[in-house]
Amino acid sequence: MMENVTRALFIAAACVCVICVALICLFLFANGIPTIARIGAADFLLGTRWKPVQEIFGILPMIVGSVYVTAGAALFGVPLGILTAVFMARFCGKRLYKVMNPAISLMAGVPSVVYGFFGLTVIAPALGSLYGGTGKCMLTASLLLAFMVLPTIVGVSEAAIRAVPDSYYEGALALGATHERAVFRSVLPAAKSGIMAGVVLGIGRAVGETMAVVMVAGNQPVMPGSPLAGLRTLTANIVMEMGYAADLHREALIATGVVLFVFILMINGLLGLTKRSGEKC
Amino acid sequence: MLTLRELFRVDPVSFFLRLLVRAAAAVTALLMTFLVGYILIRGAPHITPDLFAPRYTSENVSLLPALVNTVLMAGLSLALAVPFGVCAAIWLAEYAKRGNKLVAAVRLAAETLSGIPSIIYGLFGMLMFVMAFGWGYSLLSGAFTLAIMILPLMMRATEEALLAVPDMYREGSFGLGAGKLRTVFSIVLPAAAPGILAGVILSTGRIVGETAALIFTAGTVAELPKTALSSTRTLSVHLYILANEGFHTEQAYATAVVLLLVVLGINGLSAYAAKRVGRLGGSK
Repeated sequence: MMENVTRALFIAAACVCVICVALICLFLFANGIPTIARIGAADFLLGTRWKPVQEIFGILPMIVGSVYVTAGAALFGVPLGILTAVFMARFCGKRLYKVMNPAISLMAGVPSVVYGFFGLTVIAPALGSLYGGTGKCMLTASLLLAFMVLPTIVGVSEAAIRAVPDSYYEGALALGATHERAVFRSVLPAAKSGIMAGVVLGIGRAVGETMAVVMVAGNQPVMPGSPLAGLRTLTANIVMEMGYAADLHREALIATGVVLFVFILMINGLLGLTKRSGEKC
Repeated sequence: MLTLRELFRVDPVSFFLRLLVRAAAAVTALLMTFLVGYILIRGAPHITPDLFAPRYTSENVSLLPALVNTVLMAGLSLALAVPFGVCAAIWLAEYAKRGNKLVAAVRLAAETLSGIPSIIYGLFGMLMFVMAFGWGYSLLSGAFTLAIMILPLMMRATEEALLAVPDMYREGSFGLGAGKLRTVFSIVLPAAAPGILAGVILSTGRIVGETAALIFTAGTVAELPKTALSSTRTLSVHLYILANEGFHTEQAYATAVVLLLVVLGINGLSAYAAKRVGRLGGSK
């Protein structure tokens, strides 16, 4: 009797997270979709002007902003992250590893607002003195995000590289490859799907990152012109204006969140696909 | 292994690859050292007793109320999330059968939750707890929002800890005539405690570092809460506001140091606890 009751309790607890996901979807979509319909889906998603005072709500600049900033972060962060993971897994002495590994996992724990503060006080002024202006621009945000997603990419990629059977590496050595060639031509391709999962995970982080980006991206709601111009991401749009928004403006911000949520769900789906294709191999 | 010079003679491509990998690792290491070092060195001199004054005023931006709020927020969120997370993990690890449809749904949900960015949690918390439930910007709204956010983390840590307990323990317990429930609570859970604790500590780290999910759920009032329905500001939110206002740069640096030390300390503690569970698995 007791056994059955507790069993039911455990199942109920497990269902809580399903319920949470359902509630999150329900609340966001129920609030966002009518708003998008009211503004007009095309005007909302493809409109290039965001003027809340005149009730013009076009979030294309923010969508493009998010894509640009994330692409920039991937451009810097992915190669650096994968190479660092290769170093950690195959080139690193035991002693050095004992320092590097905890350091990287500690980096994953640094709060985004601390990264943002660092970007605000170091990266932005540095770029500002190089190129003029305040330095709050797409490049700063991309560099900072690249830095922030490094621990994710390194961690997942390193695990993927370590999971490759030693026989791949030894086979390559036996055929006369150097250590480096064996790692890059034999081990790394075998770890491809795991590394992809790390990259997708990192990209998901970068798209959803809010506080750090708000602090360094400049946040002008206009179509981004150059890497040195300020831009506003979807996440920044919500944080910047939610504090004082009312009525349709507020709902437009919630709808912005819905668009972001859909992006994240797509990235999550992609992540699931990469993981599954990795299991099949 | 060949030395660099030998390698260059034998195979320049390998030489280049080795340099590339080393350079990348060096850049990563330098960036990390620079981040932590810069904030510590710039901020440490500005940590003054004034910063820990019991009251926050616009002249003296004391971080003590924010620090206390952070502890309250973490305590409340954990009290909400840990029981559910642990029970859910017990079901996944000890009861559920492979291929069960509900297991797949729970795992998918947990994965989805862990991929949702904190600003979405913030929006959801605002819509549900602040507005629909009418709790306003409050400690309670913030804690419920964060509890959902750390739920997948708790589940995953607990499940891993449970799976690391050798089956021998369970078989021994069953062999002595204990039922399932007794086995789980008296034998498996205590053995998995360090791993669960690591999850709790890691979740605390997430809570302490969280900003985006709290601004529109717990609000930004820099005072000690009178009730669970008072608006509160945690340390991360405090730093964000100081940095954004730009009037108190020195105090912002000092706050960043305190926040960084708290979070790094918490994560270090979690790694230590996790190592103990690793030892347990290795001793079989």
